[in-house]
Amino acid sequence: MSLMTFIGAIGAAQQEAMAADPRVILIGEDVEANVYGTTGGSKQRAEQGDFVQQFGKLRIRNTPISEEAIVGAAIGAAMTGLRPIVDLSYSSFLYMAMDQFVNQAAKNRYMFGGQSRLPVLFRSAMFYGLNTGAHHSDRPYPMFMGVPGLKVIAPASARDAKGLMRAAIDSDDPVLSFEAVPLWGQKEEVEDGEFTIPLGVARTRREGSDVTLVAVSGSVPLAMQAAEEMAGRGVSCEVIDPRTLVPLDTKAIVRSVLKTGRLVVAEPAHRTCGAAAEIAAVVADEAMHALRAPIKRVCALNMQVPFSPALEGEIYPTKEGITAAIEAVCADQLDTRNRRVG
Amino acid sequence: MEHGMSLPGDTLLEMQRRMLRIRHFDERASKMVKRGYIPGTVHTSIGQEAQVVGACMALRQGDHMTGNHRSHGHPIGMRSPLGPLMAELAGKATGVCKGKGGSLHLADYKVGSLGESGITGSSIPIALGAGLSAQVLGETRVALTFFGDGAANQGVLYESMNMASAWKLPVIFLCENNHYALSTPAHTVTGGRICDRGAGFGMPGTRVEDGQDVLAVHEVVAEAVARARAGEGPSLVEVMTYRFREHSEGLRINVDYRDADERSFWTSRDPILLFRKALIEAGKATAEQMDMIEAEILQEVEECVTFAMESPVPAREVAFADLYSDPYELEDVL
Repeated sequence: MSLMTFIGAIGAAQQEAMAADPRVILIGEDVEANVYGTTGGSKQRAEQGDFVQQFGKLRIRNTPISEEAIVGAAIGAAMTGLRPIVDLSYSSFLYMAMDQFVNQAAKNRYMFGGQSRLPVLFRSAMFYGLNTGAHHSDRPYPMFMGVPGLKVIAPASARDAKGLMRAAIDSDDPVLSFEAVPLWGQKEEVEDGEFTIPLGVARTRREGSDVTLVAVSGSVPLAMQAAEEMAGRGVSCEVIDPRTLVPLDTKAIVRSVLKTGRLVVAEPAHRTCGAAAEIAAVVADEAMHALRAPIKRVCALNMQVPFSPALEGEIYPTKEGITAAIEAVCADQLDTRNRRVG
Repeated sequence: MEHGMSLPGDTLLEMQRRMLRIRHFDERASKMVKRGYIPGTVHTSIGQEAQVVGACMALRQGDHMTGNHRSHGHPIGMRSPLGPLMAELAGKATGVCKGKGGSLHLADYKVGSLGESGITGSSIPIALGAGLSAQVLGETRVALTFFGDGAANQGVLYESMNMASAWKLPVIFLCENNHYALSTPAHTVTGGRICDRGAGFGMPGTRVEDGQDVLAVHEVVAEAVARARAGEGPSLVEVMTYRFREHSEGLRINVDYRDADERSFWTSRDPILLFRKALIEAGKATAEQMDMIEAEILQEVEECVTFAMESPVPAREVAFADLYSDPYELEDVL
C-alpha cells in the first residue's frame, strides 16, 4: 500500500494500463507535456521518465484543439483495434463533441446489432469551486447519464479513481470519467500494482442506521464531514458513494434506505434532472413504503457559475446544507432525543 | 474511358456487376417502400453507382469505409451479401444489424463497412480513427469516408482533415458531390470548390469532373489509396455526380428545385449504360455477356428480396441486447 493523491492514482492507472497493453493509447490536448499531472512519471518511478519517454509519441500524442474530431477518432480507433484513453481536460469541452458522444459512441454497438466494440475512456475534469468562471466549472455528468450506451464514472477517492479507471480502460464499452478537481489532492492508501474496481458497485463509506446519505463525486468529503458532525448529535448516517453513475448500484442504495428509512442525496451537479433526482426517483419507486420522511436533495442551484470568489460558493452544496437536510429528515428523531436530554 | 481499360478484364466486369447490384437493389428497395414492405424510407444511390463502385474497388480486404445516409451502395460496393442488407431494410431478424439499424445505419464489419450515419458528416472522424489505429498498430490498411456536398460544410470535416494531415493518417476523404443537399443547390451554400479545400490542409484535393465514369473515379481514388498506404497521408477527392431519384423515396417536394435540362443532361449519362457501352466497344465483353451478367444480378437481387420477405421479424429480446458488452438487466425493462 502507498499513500496516493487522487490525481496521482489516475496517472498510475494510465501508466499501468499502457504498460500492460500496447493497444492502449493516450490522446488529448497537452498530454505530452503532462500539463495536468496524469501523464508524467511518478516520484517512485522518476527514472522511467514521463509517458512520452516510456511509450513513445505513437502512443501518447497531443491533439489539435478539435474535440469533435478527437472524440470521433477515438471512437473509430476503438472500433478498429485500439483502446484509447482520451484526456478532454475540462468537462465543459465535452459539449464540443456532443454529436460524437451521443450519435456515435453511444449508438454504434446497438444500432449495428452488436458488431462494434467501443473500448474507449473519455476523461474530463470538473474545475468547479476554483474561480475559473462559467465556461470551465461545469459538472455535466447528468447529461451523459441520460444517454443509453455510455457508462459514467465519478470516483471520489484515490483508490476508487485508480481501480475504476483501470476497469474503464479494460471495458469494451465507452466510459466517461468525471473527475472533481477539488478532490485532486485528496490522499488515500492505495494498493501497489494493478487492480480494478468493477463498474456499477457502490462503496459504503460509513455505516449507519438513521439516515442514508448518498453523495456523488466532490460531495463525498462534505457528506463525510456532515455525517461525523451528526454522529456527535446522536444521528447515525450511512454514507454511500455510488462511484459509478451508469450503471448505478440501485440495489445498494435501496437496501440502505430499507434499513434507515431516510434519504438525503448530495451532488455538485444541477438540481434539475441530476443524479440526485434519479436516485430519489429510484428510491421512491422501490422503497417508498420504508420512507419515514421526504427525500431531500442537496445539489448545485439551477444557476450558472459566477467568477468572483465572493459569489461562487453560493452555488454548490456545502457541509452545512447537507447537515440541514439531515436535520430536516431526522426532525422527529432529533426532537425525541432533545426531549430525552431535556 | 479508354485510360482505365488496361485493368484486368475480371476487374472491369466486377465493376459493372457491383454497379448493377446497387442499381437493382435500390430499385427493388424503392418499390418495397412504396408497398410498405420496408418501413420508413430509403435514400437510393441510383445514378451515383460509378462514384460508389469506382471508390470501393480501389480498396482491398482489411480496409475500412464509413458511409452516410445515402449508403446502401457503399456496403454493396464492398461486396457485402445482399440478403442481410435487404432484410435489414425490412427490419427483419436476419438483417445485417439484426433489424436495429435500418436503411440509415447499415454496417457490415466483415467487409470493412464500419457503418453509415444518419447525421451528416458524423461518420467522418470514425474513418479518421480507423486510420489512426492502422498507423499505431503498424498495419497497411487505409480508411475511406464517403460524405456528400452537404456534409462538406460541417466543421467536423475540417477538424478531421487537419488531424489526418498533421498525423499523416491513411485516410481518403471522398466527397460525393451530387449537387444538392436535399433541395439546396450546393453552389448556393458552398464557398469555392470543395476539392480546393484539400490544399488548405496540405493534402492533395482532386476533382473527378465525370463521376459517371467508373474508371475515372477508380483511377483517382486508387492513387489516393496508394498514397495513404505508402504512409504519405490523406487525400481529398471530390466526385461530381447526380442522383436520379428524389432525395428519399416517397418524399414529395412541390418546388421543382432541379432544372429539367440539368436533369436530362445527367440522366443521359447513366453510369451503367456508359460503362456497358465502353466495355463492349473496347472488346472486353459482348452485348450477350453483358445481358447475362445483368440477368445474374437481377436473379441475385430477386433472391435477396425473397430472403428478406421470408425472414422472421426479430424476437422481442433483441430490442434489449447489444447496448453494452455486458447484458442489459432485463428486470429493469420487463
